[in-house]
Amino acid sequence: MKKFIGLVLVALGLALAQQTSITYWQYDFKSKVDLITDLIKQFEAQNPNIKVVQQTFPYDAYQQKVASALAAGQGPDLVNLYYGWIPTWVKAGYLQPIPEEAIPSKTIEAEFIPMTQAAKVGGKYYGIPTAVRTLALFYNKDLFKAAGIATPPRTWEEFYTDGQKLTLKQGGRYTQIGYGISPDGQDHNVFREILVRQAGGRPYSDDDKKVLYNSPEGIKAFRQYTDWVKKYDIGVPNFFPGNNGYRDGFIAGKIGMIIDGSFAIGSIKSGAKFNWGVAEIPIDRLGARKANFGSFWLHGLSPLATGAKRDAAIKFLQFITSADTEKLWLEKVGELPARRALLRDPKLSLDPVYGPFIISLSYAKATPFVDEAAQRTVMVNAINRVLLENADPAASLQQAAAEDQKILDQFWK
Amino acid sequence: MKLRFSLATREALWAFAFLAIPLAFFLFIRIYPAFQALWLSLFEWNADPAKRHYVGLEHYSRMLADPTLGKALRNTVLYTVLGVPFQLILGLAVALLLQSVTRLRDLFRAIYFTPYITPAVAVAWVFSWMLSPNFGIVNEILGWVGIPAQKFLLSPSQALVTVTAIVIWQNLGFQVVLFLAGLESIPRTYYEAARIDGASPWAVFRYITLPLLNPVTVFSAVIGTIGFLQLFTQVVNLNFTDQGGPVGSTLTLALYIYQLAFARFQLGYAAAVTVLLFAIILVITLVQLRILSRRVEY
Repeated sequence: MKKFIGLVLVALGLALAQQTSITYWQYDFKSKVDLITDLIKQFEAQNPNIKVVQQTFPYDAYQQKVASALAAGQGPDLVNLYYGWIPTWVKAGYLQPIPEEAIPSKTIEAEFIPMTQAAKVGGKYYGIPTAVRTLALFYNKDLFKAAGIATPPRTWEEFYTDGQKLTLKQGGRYTQIGYGISPDGQDHNVFREILVRQAGGRPYSDDDKKVLYNSPEGIKAFRQYTDWVKKYDIGVPNFFPGNNGYRDGFIAGKIGMIIDGSFAIGSIKSGAKFNWGVAEIPIDRLGARKANFGSFWLHGLSPLATGAKRDAAIKFLQFITSADTEKLWLEKVGELPARRALLRDPKLSLDPVYGPFIISLSYAKATPFVDEAAQRTVMVNAINRVLLENADPAASLQQAAAEDQKILDQFWK
Repeated sequence: MKLRFSLATREALWAFAFLAIPLAFFLFIRIYPAFQALWLSLFEWNADPAKRHYVGLEHYSRMLADPTLGKALRNTVLYTVLGVPFQLILGLAVALLLQSVTRLRDLFRAIYFTPYITPAVAVAWVFSWMLSPNFGIVNEILGWVGIPAQKFLLSPSQALVTVTAIVIWQNLGFQVVLFLAGLESIPRTYYEAARIDGASPWAVFRYITLPLLNPVTVFSAVIGTIGFLQLFTQVVNLNFTDQGGPVGSTLTLALYIYQLAFARFQLGYAAAVTVLLFAIILVITLVQLRILSRRVEY
């Protein structure tokens, strides 16, 4: 009898040893969570010896959860993160590089769009995205029609004239604004990656170690941006209070235009009760240089994934970044695929909603942040000093450049 | 041999036995992590134990050259200096008024207490709409009396005062309840004696109410100060996408610690700032207890 129990235990042990369980973390976003749940089922059917556990957390608590769990040696094997967080996470020891022998860098570079290279730190990839995003101009067709404007603006000059036609005031208070200006929304990205580059400047040096946006071109771009409020009066910050107030105001039909990411398509589609359209970001003059800000969330390997867990996590990573998954992702979540091959599909670039985002992908750049949270605050403060405290744009931008440079130096020291 | 204890000793032993559980909780959940923060502040932290390295007092010297920390510190002091006195004075005023009301006193008390039990997040949302320059009711009312729309939370010069006012509004009910309890505990006979002696209402307040309320005042000042020094939730939610803004004008030490630890993953430096906050709270509380708590002779 004793022998029999022993045998059963050994058998059970063997069965358990063969099954590897890995944990995947992402933040709560219904369509993404549902799709990953479905994908896990498919994956487990194909790989009966791997079990994937998905855990999700509210967006606002997500980084905190990761920080407290991984610092204590617990948490995910594969973790979803914003690309701008990679350097900070790598420095804190929360990510391990994707092993070159499992997924060579060359393969990543051949199959994924160039923006993906922002996932590289010190020559190694720390993750791969399923989907990518760019920015575009959303506009309210009904408000445009009411103001007698036929087409969305193609140049900044048209943007100002349209914006002024769409801005309505009663006494000193705005009742409708032309552009949903939002320094802490996407606008700090608009300045760094769009306006600076359109003006012929660069936000950072090629080795990501030097701030360059305080060049004469950068200052010109910064003046241009702050003039949207100061000179042209086509909007006012925090017109609608709350998180993403600019988007809420647009959905409420009180804002004529916003610059937002492809990730906003879903909420605008379900919320807006009017005709709306999407256009490429305006440029200086027809034929002038185009620029866009690209960004992505990616899946990275945590230091907890070792041995069989690491192999299983890599297998799952390959599965959720495959062409098939990316097609599903576009369909169910509405985010643009990160694989070059899928973006060549002409149906996509002709789509009235996705088209402008897809076209922008070819020239979009992802800012090489080293400490996204801090660098974002630096830029938002620089803009707000001008808009709210009437600071001189050039002086405010120089101050931001000095603060930003300090963050870069601290990181690279 | 059987041990024999007196009744008093046995009671004391039982008391200690019961105290042991909260004490153990306090030691392991409160004191131990506090000391661990002290330890952590001496390290450059990393998830991988092999990569954690001792940096000595480097984080403390970094504090000296950190303008954001300076701003957070200045704001935190301002919140406390503005918030605590106003909260005490308003709390006492409302408590005195409520005490003189005989009808519907419980209803008024409940009304004043409601903000205290309302979630801070909901309060923040409602206030950011009420104070909006373009849609808010507050600016609407200001407009009726000819005052131009104010930016309140959106203005770097007004935001801190506005946040303080909202926090006071929220804490007021609790403060009122404390003072009401204090007022109830003052024996009626003193007031009656004073009235017979012909004391003015001001003299009654100055020489009877205020001194006899002292224990409640000290308690409120200490708790209120600690509350303002640790201010976090309201600040986070009143400007959610630019926390501590505009232009860092509402940033507090507690929020800065949170950002350092959980958005920038600089756990060692965050721990060092925590130690600083702990030291500030400790010193201020000790000073307050020393100055404010005089014994009152009945």
